[in-house]
Amino acid sequence: MALDKTALRRVALLARIRVEEGELEALAGELSQILAWVEELNEVETEGVAPMASPAVSRLPLREDKVTDGDCREAMLLNAPKTTRGFFVVPKVVE
Amino acid sequence: MSSLTALTLAEARAGLERKEFSARELTEAFLAAMAKARPLNLFITETPERALQMAQACDERRRRGAPLPLDGIPIAVKDLFCTKGILTTAASRILEGFTPSYESTVTEKLWQSGAVLLGKTNCDEFAMGSSTTTSHFGPTLSAWRRAGDNRPLVAGGSSGGSAAAIAAHAALGAIGTDTGGSIRQPASFCGVVGIKPSYGRCSRWGVVAFASSLDHPGPLAKTVRDAAILLSAMAGHDPKDSTSAPLPVADFEAALTGEIKGLKIGIPAEYRVPDMPAEIDALWQSGIAWLSEAGAEAVEISLPMTRYALPAYYIIAPAEASSNLARYDGVRFGLRVEGGSVDEMYELTRAAGFGAEVRRRVLIGTYVLSAGYYEAYYLKAQRVRALVARDFAKAFEKVDLILTPTAPSPAFAVGEKSDDPIAMYLNDVFTVTADLAGLPAISVPAGLSAEGLPLGLQLIGRAFAEETVFRAAEVLEAAAGFHHAPAFLASGEP
Repeated sequence: MALDKTALRRVALLARIRVEEGELEALAGELSQILAWVEELNEVETEGVAPMASPAVSRLPLREDKVTDGDCREAMLLNAPKTTRGFFVVPKVVE
Repeated sequence: MSSLTALTLAEARAGLERKEFSARELTEAFLAAMAKARPLNLFITETPERALQMAQACDERRRRGAPLPLDGIPIAVKDLFCTKGILTTAASRILEGFTPSYESTVTEKLWQSGAVLLGKTNCDEFAMGSSTTTSHFGPTLSAWRRAGDNRPLVAGGSSGGSAAAIAAHAALGAIGTDTGGSIRQPASFCGVVGIKPSYGRCSRWGVVAFASSLDHPGPLAKTVRDAAILLSAMAGHDPKDSTSAPLPVADFEAALTGEIKGLKIGIPAEYRVPDMPAEIDALWQSGIAWLSEAGAEAVEISLPMTRYALPAYYIIAPAEASSNLARYDGVRFGLRVEGGSVDEMYELTRAAGFGAEVRRRVLIGTYVLSAGYYEAYYLKAQRVRALVARDFAKAFEKVDLILTPTAPSPAFAVGEKSDDPIAMYLNDVFTVTADLAGLPAISVPAGLSAEGLPLGLQLIGRAFAEETVFRAAEVLEAAAGFHHAPAFLASGEP
């Protein structure tokens, strides 16, 4: 399926990646080429085949519900581009 | 001192045990080799002070008579593994300056075994690539050149810095990750050994995530024995990774008995792809002959889903990547580009921080997971994945191992294939199947192309049958007798 400029704008918004107007056409072409290539999968009969999400051997293990980590605010904030008084800082989200 | 860098890991271990040289001397020799190899752009970060500190601790333990299994062995670590207090970038601008406050399980296990960190190697950005040319820090160049042609070649990828460092004798061993072939293809291109163990064998905790159901940490080394030694130290159950296998780990080196009589080796007809170069087919035939002469039995098998593995991978891996890479938002770590609103900050940060290939994959992944397309693309690809795994399960009822070429070509020049994403993706046509199915697979250098470049053969085994894989790989390695040296070691010039 071909991805047109309008569809690409929508995908870029969902992915939160700014794509400049001038780049849209070429990028839509590239992505459409990849999508056309993966269409080959439609040749495969998969009726009744359960999707495989992972080759992991064990089912998701459960553990006792107790705190095993935490109290490490400094380490958490160590790499943040902007912090104040022990918090991450983002642009204002409420007026 | 330069002869120390020519040793295998097993030889260096023996030399350290016999006190022929100290860990410090060995580390210093590698630090000098790294400095000389700088034009190849093998490392994003070199850690000479850390290396010398670690080597000194190794020498002290040995003096006390309490050495560890890998004491004093200098290794290189792909810059996808988080290392406490040491820059970790995943070769991406978006992680510029990121210094983890924790250590990955795999690297922690290596340090607990006495290994010495030389530095963090270059790779494709977020491990997305087959040439180590998508790195924000520029391409890694191979130590190899075509005969009579001085153009720089790629090291393969994504673990290209790790593979090229071993080939250039700038590390005794290295670790990488393999999601679609990222350990085995660069190993093949650089004339070294690389193994992707079974899914769950090595913990993914602390490894920068690309596609969580496909990411496999594993070692690269000069020889099969060296790779077995490294994997024994890296592997094991980790409660911090819920997909880590709660299974015991064997001493893989002890599996190298040289005895493969009676093993059945599957030869899959579908790996004879239409435009495969004759020299690669010929090498494959040699591989069959070598294993047969050693007493194994070649058996024709069919893996009908082979040609659909790569397109399935290029839906599943980008889908998982789009989800994993959502965390790079300019808030908690890495690059931030300010914007008027929080959404604008996200968009500008991610546009500036991700390179072209990463952007392409995140967008494809977002698309195939979006409402209306999830069933047609993502679930369809996961169903095909189940069929790829079923193919292998059927084959392994009849055979013990599967022999194939590792890659459909030798290394190519830097810049070749870079304008056609699908041509680049085809590098992984023989390796991606084992990632989808989670099976152990090794690449062993087996011969040279007409142009004088290394070519690898791949052995794929049953899940968690790494011992059988190593055992046959060592026999293959001995029969192939690959002892060629890259141009870089001969000339000292990149």
